[in-house]
Amino acid sequence: MRLNFNIEGGDFTKAGSASSQVKKTLKQINVSPTIIKRVVVALYEAEVNIVAHAFRGNISVDIEPEQVHVQLTDEGPGIPDIDRAMQKGFSTASPKVREMGFGAGMGLSNIRDNVDTFKITSEVNKGTTLDMTVLISDNQ
Amino acid sequence: MKQQSFFHALNIRHDVCVGCSHCIKVCPTEALRVKEGRALLYPDRCISCGECYRVCPFHAIVVEDDDFNRIYDYKYRILLIPSVFFGQFNKQISKEEINGILLDLGFTDICPVEHTVKVLSEAIKQYIPQHERPVISSFCPAVIRLIQVIFPALAGNIMRLKQPLEITTHYLQQLYIQEKNAKLDEIGIFYITPCAAKIASNKAPVGENESPVTGVINMKNLYNRVCQAYKQKNKPSVEFNTLQVSAREMKWTLTGGEAENLAGFRCLTVDGVNNVIDILERLENDEITGIDYLELRMCDESCPGGILVQGNRFLTAARLRGLADTAPMENSATDRFNDYLMQNMPVGEIQPRAMVKYDRDMATALKKMEQARRLKKQLPNIDCGACGAPSCEALAEDIVRGLAEQNSCIFMQTQHQKEGTLSSESAIRIRESIWGKDRFTGKS
Repeated sequence: MRLNFNIEGGDFTKAGSASSQVKKTLKQINVSPTIIKRVVVALYEAEVNIVAHAFRGNISVDIEPEQVHVQLTDEGPGIPDIDRAMQKGFSTASPKVREMGFGAGMGLSNIRDNVDTFKITSEVNKGTTLDMTVLISDNQ
Repeated sequence: MKQQSFFHALNIRHDVCVGCSHCIKVCPTEALRVKEGRALLYPDRCISCGECYRVCPFHAIVVEDDDFNRIYDYKYRILLIPSVFFGQFNKQISKEEINGILLDLGFTDICPVEHTVKVLSEAIKQYIPQHERPVISSFCPAVIRLIQVIFPALAGNIMRLKQPLEITTHYLQQLYIQEKNAKLDEIGIFYITPCAAKIASNKAPVGENESPVTGVINMKNLYNRVCQAYKQKNKPSVEFNTLQVSAREMKWTLTGGEAENLAGFRCLTVDGVNNVIDILERLENDEITGIDYLELRMCDESCPGGILVQGNRFLTAARLRGLADTAPMENSATDRFNDYLMQNMPVGEIQPRAMVKYDRDMATALKKMEQARRLKKQLPNIDCGACGAPSCEALAEDIVRGLAEQNSCIFMQTQHQKEGTLSSESAIRIRESIWGKDRFTGKS
C-alpha cells in the first residue's frame, strides 16, 4: 500500500502530519510498537528537515508485510557535504534556532540509527532524496 | 485474565434503547454501532469511559455496580468515600452530617479514600527517577484502558503503583486486623464510585489478579439516599468524623491534584477525553520532552466530571477546593504503616490489548486495509452516521470485516437505486437491519 504526502517548506504547523498518518496505518495492521516507533521517529525527523530547509517536497511510503519503505524527495538547497551532515552534532542551524531547541545536529544520524537501510543523495541548489527502509519482523 | 480484561462496566438496556445513535459518535474507541434499531457494543473495544452514558438521552446505558445488600455479608462494613462526594453538596449540609447519614444506611465505619495519598506521593517520588519518563499516572482506569487499546506502545510508561483506593483498603485491613483483632474475611470495604471505569478496575483490575476492594457502589445511589434523609429532616443518629485527610490529599482527585503532591518534578496535567488522546498521540510520536510525570484524567475537570457525580463539575470542584481549605496541612496518621503500604503498592506489568482492526495476520490486514481505503473514497465522507457506524471510515472498516455492506450507506443506496442495481425493497431491508423494523413508518 502506498501513501503519498506533499510537504510545504516553512510550514511547521503541518510538520508531523505524514508521520502521524503512517503511524495510524501501521497500528491498524498490528505492526509491533517498537517498529512503529522507529518508523515514526525517522520519518518525523526527515519530514521536519524538508519543512525546515527545502522549498517543497514529496514523501511516498510503501507499506508491505515485510517492510516499510520511505522515499523523501525535496526541491531545495541540497547538502554540499553529506558525510559532514551525517556527523552527530554537525548543524547549519543558527544560534537562534538552537536556542529554540532545534538544530542540535542529530537529525540525519538519528534517522540512520532508526532504519535498516538508508541512502541519501543530494545536489546543491536542486534538492535531496532520502531512501530508507524499516524491516517489519514477523515475530508477532 | 485475557477474558477478564474485556469486562466493561457499561451495558445497554435494549428495552430502553431506541437506536438514536448519539452514543456511537462520542465513543473514543469506536466501540458502538446501531444494529436493528439498538446500540450494539463491541466489548473488546470498550474502555468503560462512560462518554456514551453522558450523551444518551434515554438513559438506556446503565452502570453495573454491586448489590448494596452485599455489605451485610461482612461484620465490619467500611465505606470508602472519595472527597468528590462531598463536593456535590452545598454548605447547608455538613460533612459530619453526611457521614452520619451514610453510617445510618448500614455501614460500621467510613474512611476517606485519600487518607493514604501522602505515602503514595512518596512512593511516586521514588518511582519516577527509576523509570522511563514521562511516567504516566495510574490514577484514571479509563486512561489506562485507553492506552491499552489505542496506544499499546505506551503501556510500559504507565506507573506500576496502586492508587489511594487500593492503598487505603490495604491500610484499613491492616488497621482492623491489628486494632480490632478482625479477620480479613470479616472486613468488607466498599467504594463509592464517581464513574464506570472504577467499577471496571474493581472487577477486572489491570496489573493485579484481584482488587483488594470488596465492592463498588454507585455514587448516584448514595447521593439520592443522603438527599432524601436530609430533605425528610431525618437527623443522623451521630455526626461522624472520619480519619483525617490533609488539604493536599483531598485535592488528589481534582485536575492537578497529583502534581500538587509531587513538588520538585515536572508534571503535566491534562483532562478531557480529546485532550488526553491528543497528548498521548504526541507522546507516541516522541514530541514530548522534559516531562517527568503525566497526570491524565479522562473526564473534563477529572472526578467532579465523573458520569455518576451529580451537578455541575466546576461547582463540585470549587466546593471541594473550599473544603480542602479547611483541612489540616498534614496527615501523619498512616505513617506507622508506611513500610507495609510501600511493600503492597507495586502492581504487575500492564499489557497492551490492542484491538484487531482487520486481521491478526499482517499481510491479510494490509490487504483489507487497502480495500477499506478504496471503499472510503467512494463513501460521502460526511460522517452522518445513517449507516449505524460513527464515521465513513468506520463503515469502510466494517464492510471489509463483513459487518456491514456498501449499501448500508444511504447515499450509496440512492445511487445504486438510480443505477437500477438495488431495488427499493432491498434498500428498505437494509435500512431496517440498521434502524429496526417499521422505524420510519410511524407504526413503532
